[in-house]
Amino acid sequence: MKYLDEYRDARIARALAAKIARFVTRPWVLMEICGGQTHTLMRYGIASLLPPEIELVHGPGCPVCVTPLEMVDKAIALASRPDVTLVSYGDMLRVPGSATDLWHAKAAGGDVRVVYSPLDALEIARREPARQVVFFAIGFETTAPPHAMAVCQAHREGLANFALLVSHVLVPPAMRALLLSPRNRVQGLIAPGHVCTVTGVRDYEALCTEFHMPIVVGGFEPVDLLEAIELLVTQLERGRAAVEIQYSRSVRETGNLSAQTLVRDVFEICDRKWRGIGSIPQSGLRLREKYAAHDAERLFALEEISAPEPPECIAAEVLQGWKKPPDCSAFGLGCTPENPMGAPMVSSEGACAAYYRYQRPRSLNSAPLGAAAGKG
Amino acid sequence: MNAKKLECVQEVPREQEDAPAVPSLDALSCPLPLPAGKTILLGHGSGGRLSGDLVRQLFLPAFRSPALARLDDQAIVRINGVRLAFTTDSFVVKPLFFPGGSIGSLAVHGTVNDLAMGGAQPLFLSVAFILEEGLPMETLARVIESMRRAAEEAGVEIVTGDTKVVEKGSGDGLFINTTGIGLVPEGVLLSANRARPGDFILASGTLGDHGIAILALREGLLFESSIESDSAALHTLVSAMLRAASAPSLPSQALRCLRDPTRGGLSSALNEIAASSGVGMELEEASIPIREEVRGACELLGLDPLYVANEGKLIAIAAPEAAQPVLAAMRAHPLGRNAQIIGRVTDAQPGLVTLRTTLGTSRIVDMLAGDQLPRIC
Amino acid sequence: MCLAIPGKILDSVQENGVRSGRVQFGGIVRNVCLDWVPEARVGDYVLVHVGFAISTVDAEEAGRTYEVLEQMGALADEGLVPEGSAEPS
Repeated sequence: MKYLDEYRDARIARALAAKIARFVTRPWVLMEICGGQTHTLMRYGIASLLPPEIELVHGPGCPVCVTPLEMVDKAIALASRPDVTLVSYGDMLRVPGSATDLWHAKAAGGDVRVVYSPLDALEIARREPARQVVFFAIGFETTAPPHAMAVCQAHREGLANFALLVSHVLVPPAMRALLLSPRNRVQGLIAPGHVCTVTGVRDYEALCTEFHMPIVVGGFEPVDLLEAIELLVTQLERGRAAVEIQYSRSVRETGNLSAQTLVRDVFEICDRKWRGIGSIPQSGLRLREKYAAHDAERLFALEEISAPEPPECIAAEVLQGWKKPPDCSAFGLGCTPENPMGAPMVSSEGACAAYYRYQRPRSLNSAPLGAAAGKG
Repeated sequence: MNAKKLECVQEVPREQEDAPAVPSLDALSCPLPLPAGKTILLGHGSGGRLSGDLVRQLFLPAFRSPALARLDDQAIVRINGVRLAFTTDSFVVKPLFFPGGSIGSLAVHGTVNDLAMGGAQPLFLSVAFILEEGLPMETLARVIESMRRAAEEAGVEIVTGDTKVVEKGSGDGLFINTTGIGLVPEGVLLSANRARPGDFILASGTLGDHGIAILALREGLLFESSIESDSAALHTLVSAMLRAASAPSLPSQALRCLRDPTRGGLSSALNEIAASSGVGMELEEASIPIREEVRGACELLGLDPLYVANEGKLIAIAAPEAAQPVLAAMRAHPLGRNAQIIGRVTDAQPGLVTLRTTLGTSRIVDMLAGDQLPRIC
Repeated sequence: MCLAIPGKILDSVQENGVRSGRVQFGGIVRNVCLDWVPEARVGDYVLVHVGFAISTVDAEEAGRTYEVLEQMGALADEGLVPEGSAEPS
């Protein structure tokens, strides 16, 4: 597949890794923000190609992980209503709320449906006018334009039975909060390539200036990430701090202007609570007043359920890069993808799940199984 | 009867634990109580870890049968000196008709294949229908015709059956259960607990075709060349493989185990065998055959083809000396043209299936909890 | 986040004020909204996220930057060490 396979080339990947190894002279802590990038790093075992001086920590770039507990609970509450069809991306289905998750809600009789695109949710609303269709609109800036388009179309068609339950978050304010923390160890950032495809890089230039931090906008394939790391290490070793675009085949400095315009028309910035991190001002999106008719929060009297996070779960520390999943006492023991304690273990993009699935310490599987007796 | 034959009847049941042992959440005083295990979930039917849990925690202790405890695709029992293979399967696929087949042909192929994975010559099937009130008669007729054709091509006879009708709203239109019996020749010993370090892992062809064909219908994906379900009866392929593996120059029972990777895909099949045999496995990503269309669909939806269902493919574990002859026999058969050696059984980390990526790095091929879901992240 | 993959535009139509088209991803084809890539033509590649094209792949830029990577790979193959490091773009 063009523009995909080339960026999985083993020879180039190894050459980049070798180059990084030759150039690095001291330890550096780098963070990749996007869950999709975390997924690639784990799935391809990239860490094993890098010299020991490079430490990769995983940031809060998983919208599933950062969707507040209350929001998941609201979605579940809606799904449990007999007149509501709750439509969601697959990612959200197993994220634990305070008591249960959407998957269990579906088992209990809730009308929960999984789609690939918000336009599919719109189609459900058109075809089933008796159903109140609520789309669980989670995501970062990349997914905001598609959600905006869905709302616009619903509005234009006068589709009264289509609404969004919005839980959008913005990356730069979260990164700023993270970098301001006295516990921050990150020295270089790999910025999310698809978010920046939509938003452009201006907010990252501001971060770079404020924190004198090198930032490279990276893609999602192994070669992309290795090249982004190589560019970061080069800057760090030279004491530079600038924003570079590694993913230049997709990212333009200004981003996608028509998508941005649509988002501004439909959404406005608001404060948002990030699961595991807390409330970050001006870090989320909500529907504008003129689209109130399609805002599930306004349409349904949803209780403000306030649920404390379980103390065992160190998701907050993992999401902000202070700890790694294997540092957690519950990792792989009480907390596994089948029995997750927090969102990062459920979401396929969550750091904990990715670690567990692809790279968990082999000692977690050390019990000998099926004794040799009886083998023919 | 010699000791080996006795094994077929009364295999001492061993712990079918797959790893790792998980302490209960209560023990850790986890304040996040997920009601895991209170109700049946869709995931319990997906062939992954949840399905396995259901079998181990509920069915095995209740039914207490050594044959059952081996957890192969079929049970091999001995009656009056004859080795009978016996299997049952239920089919709940939606949509009922798809490129390459229907729920009917799937039912026939699935049961024939479960018998074939035990080395049996499939002979007779029963078929039981659960029909939803209001199902068009024409739909049922099409399904029956599809079954008839599949059974005829496979050389099996449908000899008995049953029909029940449930109220509108209680079923998905049509469910089918098929039960099959066949005869296993003496000396054929195929079981999930027989894999040994050094053995080769073979796949009979491209993986993920069936699951993607079904998903494509639901997602409105069009294929340039039409992707069809690979649903097929594999028993003649198995016969050819057994013949090749029984060449006099080869050690006895050089073909250790066969599995058809249906729900849960390649990953579930291999993880089960690894757990059952107490061995590790290492796969070679570059060797795993996957069609371009399947790859494209998986990339788009964020799915891993190793977890996607197949209905006309098998995985074989073969002794090192037998790998090439068996591979040749597979490739000579119409259903095995794209057969490949995809990995080896190891003694490192028993129960763990790993993969050497195209970059030369390593990762785990984990057992999924439930169904694989498309993702946007 | 943001799984977006590159696909080739096969055709494009304007319907109800919205531009959409069939896009091919390695052998499968899906309908994609092309409203935010007005410059993209049939035969161009676009990055698609949840059924929407969010950018046109800059073929020239991709070619240029990939050539550098390929050379790096080739040199590494031959056991030759590239001089210093590439100029950050």
